[in-house]
Amino acid sequence: MKNIFMITAVSVLSVTIAFAETAPSDVTFNDGAVMASLVGAPGDAAAGRNTFKNRKQGNCLACHMNDDMPAEQFHGEVGPPLSGVGSRWEEAELRGIVSNAKMMFDGTIMPAFYVDSGYERPLKKFDGKSILTAQQVEDVVAYLLTLKD
Amino acid sequence: MEFKTLLTSVAIVAFSAGVVSAQEDATLAIEGETILTSAAAPAFADNLDTVYSGWLFRKLETRALQMDDFDNPAFVFVDQGIDLFEKVDGSEGKACASCHEDVEDFAGLRPSMPRVEDGTLVTMENLVNDCRTERMGAEPWKYTGGKMTAVTALIGLQSRGMTVDVAVDGNAAPFFERGKELYYQRVGQLDMSCSNCHEDNYGTMIRADHLSQGQINGFPTYRLKNAKLNSAHARFKGCMKNIRATPFKVGGDEFKALELYLKLRISSSNIKTKSATK
Ligand code: HEC
Ligand code: HEC
Repeated sequence: MKNIFMITAVSVLSVTIAFAETAPSDVTFNDGAVMASLVGAPGDAAAGRNTFKNRKQGNCLACHMNDDMPAEQFHGEVGPPLSGVGSRWEEAELRGIVSNAKMMFDGTIMPAFYVDSGYERPLKKFDGKSILTAQQVEDVVAYLLTLKD
Repeated sequence: MEFKTLLTSVAIVAFSAGVVSAQEDATLAIEGETILTSAAAPAFADNLDTVYSGWLFRKLETRALQMDDFDNPAFVFVDQGIDLFEKVDGSEGKACASCHEDVEDFAGLRPSMPRVEDGTLVTMENLVNDCRTERMGAEPWKYTGGKMTAVTALIGLQSRGMTVDVAVDGNAAPFFERGKELYYQRVGQLDMSCSNCHEDNYGTMIRADHLSQGQINGFPTYRLKNAKLNSAHARFKGCMKNIRATPFKVGGDEFKALELYLKLRISSSNIKTKSATK
């Protein structure tokens, strides 16, 4: 009886650890890259494609051209075109760039999508929040990896 | 080099893709008068060689609207401004026109605003509301409201084509410094500064918008997007909200300082000889 209890408790614990999200303040960068998935699992590329173009989420298209989305009007030119970006960068580097591009590109205009503090005068409804969730970051990274030359 | 500008309500902002680059040779002539749309940047603007009018960044159709006062929708509001200017209001039984017989006498005022009076930075809106409350015994108008923009547009129009000439004497120096600080300060969840878009990236598309240098000499400006005149402070507020920042107060110290700084960036004055840049 006692033993069974112990086993159940341990397995619940390990499940929790496996799926624990990394909080924005706990993300560690190595030369601008983030090694481990923020959610402990690969992202969903199809969901990431939507997050990429959604104006209220990634709105990546505001600044980046993307040949994979010819149906979308108005691709921005502020950043480099992202066609073939999955061939140019490793997964960990892309995770770092999306989470906080300032760690890879010093002083960049590109917003940090997984940072929830340190910015000045946010609108109240965004205070203490990151632009994307951990899951959305992973989804976008999975999507970027499909953009091969 | 002088930067004669489309001072006043004649500027129009469209929000659709434009292929036009700022460097393109284009001449803005309104009602037969040619208006300069670029000039050497003042020395204190370290990161700019040339200042460009927002007109150069607009689509050709939008540019054309601005070249003809009859087609320019801003003039509907200028007409409202004329009516308001002549309308008696307040306890003293006066209209603007009771004291300012001919609105044309305001030629030269817009290019010199904002200016420092007794240690405070004064904008055109402040001047209008001072007249209303102190001389007419009337309620002040809302800072970015329709009556205010109609009348400031009318007053601004009297200076169309004149050279921007904001004073940068010692009194203005602290306001200039504050404005500069705000221009380069990153704010909001998106953590961007005015300079990130309007200095580092003008001439490129940001989604459907062609980024200009964010010049304010044409304000108040008619925007096709909301079909009314928009004051400079309302525009600053909009840009701040877009980067998810809590805007400063319209008519407040921060936006007034920013207005002065932006106006100076298009000023033709020989900035180097004046004390504001130290
Ligand atoms: C406001 C503009 C802006 C937005 C929005 C933006 N970026 Fe960027 N991005 C840039 C700029 C500029 C660079 C180039 C780095 C630099 O030098 O600053 C860049 C670089 C990148 C790179 C490296 C590209 C390469 O080929 O080297 C990737 C990948 C990237 N961005 C992905 C994204 C994704 C994904 C999003 C949305 C979730 C996004 N960006 C949103 C401006 C932006
Ligand atoms: C994320 C990018 C971005 C940032 C940051 C930004 N703006 Fe803008 N701004 C725009 C866009 C897009 C427009 C419309 C197109 C244009 O004229 O640039 C605009 C327009 C303007 C205009 C009107 C220009 C005209 O000719 O009609 C002014 C003035 C202006 N911005 C000032 C500011 C100030 C001051 C700040 C900082 C408080 C600021 N902007 C921050 C994107 C930005």
